[in-house]
Amino acid sequence: MPSATEPIVETKHLSVGYGDTVVLENLDFVVPRGDVFAILGGSGSGKSTLLRALIGLEEPLQGTIHLAGAPIPREGPPAAGVLFQSGALFGSMTLAENVSLPLRKWTTLDHHAIDTIVRSKLRLVGLEGFENHLPNEISGGMKKRAGIARALALDPSLLYLDEPSAGLDPVTSAELDELIATLNASLGMTTVIVTHELRSIFAIVKHCIMVDGGKRSIIARGAPAALRDGSDDPQVHAFFNPHSRAG
Amino acid sequence: MIDPCDPGFRVERVELQDGRAELRFGGQLRFRQCFASWQSVRRLARPPAVQLAFDLSGVDTLDGAATALLLDLRDEVVAAGGQAEIVGAHGGVRAMLDLYGSHPPRPSLHAPPARIGVLDQIGRETLTLLGESRALDFIGDVVVAGAKAVRAPGFVNWREVARLMERAGADSLPIVLVINFLVGLVTAFQAAIQLKQFGANIFVADLVGLSVTRELAPLMTAIIVAGRSGAAFSAELGTMRVSEEIDALRTLGLDPYGFLVFPRVLTLVLVLPLLTILADVIGIAGGVLVAMLGLDITANAYLIETQKAVGLWDVFSGCLKTVFFGLSIALIACQRGLATHGGAEGVGRATTSAVVTSLFAIVVVDAIFTVLFNAFGH
Repeated sequence: MPSATEPIVETKHLSVGYGDTVVLENLDFVVPRGDVFAILGGSGSGKSTLLRALIGLEEPLQGTIHLAGAPIPREGPPAAGVLFQSGALFGSMTLAENVSLPLRKWTTLDHHAIDTIVRSKLRLVGLEGFENHLPNEISGGMKKRAGIARALALDPSLLYLDEPSAGLDPVTSAELDELIATLNASLGMTTVIVTHELRSIFAIVKHCIMVDGGKRSIIARGAPAALRDGSDDPQVHAFFNPHSRAG
Repeated sequence: MIDPCDPGFRVERVELQDGRAELRFGGQLRFRQCFASWQSVRRLARPPAVQLAFDLSGVDTLDGAATALLLDLRDEVVAAGGQAEIVGAHGGVRAMLDLYGSHPPRPSLHAPPARIGVLDQIGRETLTLLGESRALDFIGDVVVAGAKAVRAPGFVNWREVARLMERAGADSLPIVLVINFLVGLVTAFQAAIQLKQFGANIFVADLVGLSVTRELAPLMTAIIVAGRSGAAFSAELGTMRVSEEIDALRTLGLDPYGFLVFPRVLTLVLVLPLLTILADVIGIAGGVLVAMLGLDITANAYLIETQKAVGLWDVFSGCLKTVFFGLSIALIACQRGLATHGGAEGVGRATTSAVVTSLFAIVVVDAIFTVLFNAFGH
């Protein structure tokens, strides 16, 4: 049984990039179990590249990533659920088929049990009734929620979210934040989130790191409110106080 | 596959007084571990009881999917006319039940996608081909845009033509040459088997020359271009359509016909005859090889006989057809691409449809030209 204080994600001397291009280097950070943890940074700062490495889609150029104390498993059921920026639902499948896909792949549950679980996951994200809709028949916000339902299908203890609020209206975005906060509070699910949305950051994030592509490193870490009020770094200050810069 | 056996999960049925019963759960109810035993849990819940209680006081952990299964089992007992309740849940287990059980079930708004039969599928595809493709709309738009292009040549994105010609022409040259060489070779072989019997070996040159220049080279080249460039055009425009790039072009004041369609049409109209001339040459070369190796005819004699049999009209008529092949392939590919909808799957559908329709159009155009040439005495 993992201890509650054990970090669920831990990186050591991590460098990420593409080919010979190093985007971020020498990153050391931990994501505590049960946390809502954000990776922040401007456009092109490398936060999505870092996320891809954490998920296991890209090999680190150097260093290690440990998930619950062990390297990211390359085989077997996925250790974490992932929501991609666009939802990345399979267009030829209904929402129910999208959510049931990991259950059919990784369990031997019968049809009735899978159907029950799929409905419960879709109900959880407010999409019950839309089981038989195709992704192109629903809105962007619904696609994201369906993506979350699929990411939750195997009840992972860790959820990665890539810019969940991007392209959503403020109401839908707030609903999504509420859902993430509920999942964290009720299920104790650790969430790692890449986002720009200040409102979301202050609403749900407990700890964060900010990366900078120019310096190729972490330039700040801590609780969002503490960084907003206490950081001397001009980039961090500008990120958390965009209007004071404009004014 | 997940190991279905987990000693951390247990359940037992306890019969109480007054016909009541309890299902006492204990340990960790994680669906990955408990699902294998779920059928036996359902069996335990089946014998009728005045009231069936699911006692979760011994449960330490409950995950989402196991919660869903548990709530479903409770609803199943109630639907069968029994009484059931979940008792003893505490802490995180209670929170899970509240989270998953807080919304009343709602029926699906859509029926599941129907499985359709083969005949039905054929009918649907035919209707799609005729109706949804909006081919007439497209032709109308092309004519209107063509008139605009004549009035204002700047309307057409000429700079794109050179790049497209390189892609559709130069890049497809190796495959066109190999295929047509083999076609010439095979034709010569087949002809030689028959003509040898009559001592008419030299007429292999006539047969290969005429069939290659009039039919085989234009057809084979057009088929390759349809499969290669037609599919590429359709996929490219289809992807642009679904990613809203076509809409973006319009908002920038650029007409998709002038910017995308005309350069592609022009490209294939120019490239196909050029490729066909080279295909004629290499097809005849295939015949020469067979004649030299299998029929004891010298290359010189073969070429003289070919020159006698094949006139300028034969080459020209083949090339003339390919202008219309190119026009058909490009228009069909662009039309299918611009009519794409439905994401990645839609792009795949549009590409398949473009290639199939182009092949159909090539054969129809070829038949029309054959009848016309015949009618005019060629």
